[in-house]
Amino acid sequence: MRAVIAEDSVLLRVGLVKVLEMSGFQVVAEVGDAEALLAAVEEHRPELALVDVRMPPTFTDEGVRAAAAIRRDRPRTAVVLLSQYVEERYAADLLATNTSGVGYLLKQRVADVQDFAAAVRRVAEGGTALDPQVVAQLLLRRGDPLAALTPREREVLALMAEGRSNAGIAEALTVGESAVAKHINNILAKLDLPVADADHRRVLAVLRFLGAPRA
Amino acid sequence: MTIPPRLGRLARRARRDTGFLATGVPVHLALVPVWAWGATTTARTGNWALTLPVSAALVLGGVPVLTAVQRYRHRALLGVDIRRSAPVPQRRSPATALRWLFSPRAWRQVGYHLVLGPPAALSELLVLMAAVAGLAGATGYGWMWALPAGVRRDWFGWATLMPCWTVLGLVLLSLLPRLAGVAARAESRSAAALLGPSRADRLQERVAYLAGSRTGLIEAVDAERRRIERDLHDGTQQRLVSLAVNLGLAMATRPDLPGEAREVLAEAHLEAKAAIAELADLVRGLHPAVLEDRGLDAALSGLAARVPLPVRLRVELPDRAAPAVESVAYFVISEALANVTKHADASRVEVTVRRVGTVLRVNVTDDGLGGADPADGTGLSGLAKRVGSVDGAFRLSSPVGGPTTVTVELPCAR
Repeated sequence: MRAVIAEDSVLLRVGLVKVLEMSGFQVVAEVGDAEALLAAVEEHRPELALVDVRMPPTFTDEGVRAAAAIRRDRPRTAVVLLSQYVEERYAADLLATNTSGVGYLLKQRVADVQDFAAAVRRVAEGGTALDPQVVAQLLLRRGDPLAALTPREREVLALMAEGRSNAGIAEALTVGESAVAKHINNILAKLDLPVADADHRRVLAVLRFLGAPRA
Repeated sequence: MTIPPRLGRLARRARRDTGFLATGVPVHLALVPVWAWGATTTARTGNWALTLPVSAALVLGGVPVLTAVQRYRHRALLGVDIRRSAPVPQRRSPATALRWLFSPRAWRQVGYHLVLGPPAALSELLVLMAAVAGLAGATGYGWMWALPAGVRRDWFGWATLMPCWTVLGLVLLSLLPRLAGVAARAESRSAAALLGPSRADRLQERVAYLAGSRTGLIEAVDAERRRIERDLHDGTQQRLVSLAVNLGLAMATRPDLPGEAREVLAEAHLEAKAAIAELADLVRGLHPAVLEDRGLDAALSGLAARVPLPVRLRVELPDRAAPAVESVAYFVISEALANVTKHADASRVEVTVRRVGTVLRVNVTDDGLGGADPADGTGLSGLAKRVGSVDGAFRLSSPVGGPTTVTVELPCAR
């Protein structure tokens, strides 16, 4: 699979290239700002774009806007946003266009190379990867409807929102998959979300619920 | 013969002050003919309906001119600047003239020229007379030969009255510097008091200046925080992440390393990640980028999610406040939440931000121990100061046993 990287710190770019190549990606372009990123995506049509949020010229949310544009115009290119700190509002912007093929992770997660590689592959295949810190913010935002959930159910919901599969959730909580499935059914019922068999579609429902503008 | 420098200085100062006083006489007497004419004409004809408006017009027309002359005279002869009361109108127009006419400063000027003029002229004349008499007396032996013989003999005997005149002249001359100095100082002081800005004007100017400089200072502090945040974000944070990534790569690509080396590597990896997390918390507290582009609401959810206890966050803002207000509100909530985490032993926190009229009201309530005291150095006094810097109000209610409520009101009129 081919990938482009947009990151203005040259130092970190080198590390990102190594990690992506180790995860089986071929890095076809490395750029330092959003404009060059959009051009590179047009030129190479990669499966993945790994994008820093703060880039020149204003160093605020260039990456978020570029990611939304890529998801809109080139839906075959999945986008993973990286940032020093994650913001629920940026995640909501990102999820508003498309909840599949997107990721939003803290930069420090790259250091856990294998986990990061798995998350990036998941996104490139049309899945989702949200940082636990983003999920915490999203849950905080939807505070009231979540009051009905038990603490365990909230944990499961958070892991679902990160984009993990049933197996992944079971592994993280060290419980059986059948227990996870039971929790998930309870959550979907309490939040009045559609019951779906595929992991992926359930994740989408949860993300739509969390990312939807507050009433 | 050389003149001692001290005496030279004294003489120069006396000459300057006397000259200054001499030029004052015509200026101070300028309005006397006006009111003298008005008074005598009214007395003679009884037609005050004519004389009163005419003399009033003459006085009001003359006052600005005389004030300008006084300003010039003080600056040129004494080196004293009598400041104008701000603001000085850019253009002269009937409107500005009318506004001037009804301002207190116009009447202080009229008072100075009309009432204080004659006594000031009198004191100036007295000093001048002392100077003339002193000079004449002291140099009496030099010119008395020119007098007619009869006068010389009867009025100024060479050896009888003349010595007295000479001594009197010398005494007057030696007193002259002191006398002229006192008179000139008194005059320049009264001119500054009545022709310059009044105390209220000066205080108003000072307040405006201080308010402006404080705003500038707050903006500078904000800009500085932003700069530090940017520098840390672009420099140290990227380096640390890069370090952690390289350590992670080393662990992932070299599973063949001996156990001890792997342990050291894993330890370094953990440390690097901990340093990143710590620095991120610090840096985000300085000035989050999201505050700039998405506002207070967006910035606060990131903040609240970082607090290790349940936070209930309610933000009701119809639109965005001024950057300085947003920045102070963010800082206040950030510090208050840090305090709750560190000191309160609370199980939950509630944060509300709401616009009430032209006020942004921030409320942070926890169910902790209470008993918080700004004097304990818990950052509460710093909070109060930061709030005060934008004319906000800071209230703390923290009875022992809780709950603790921090209420902050920030003016945000736009």
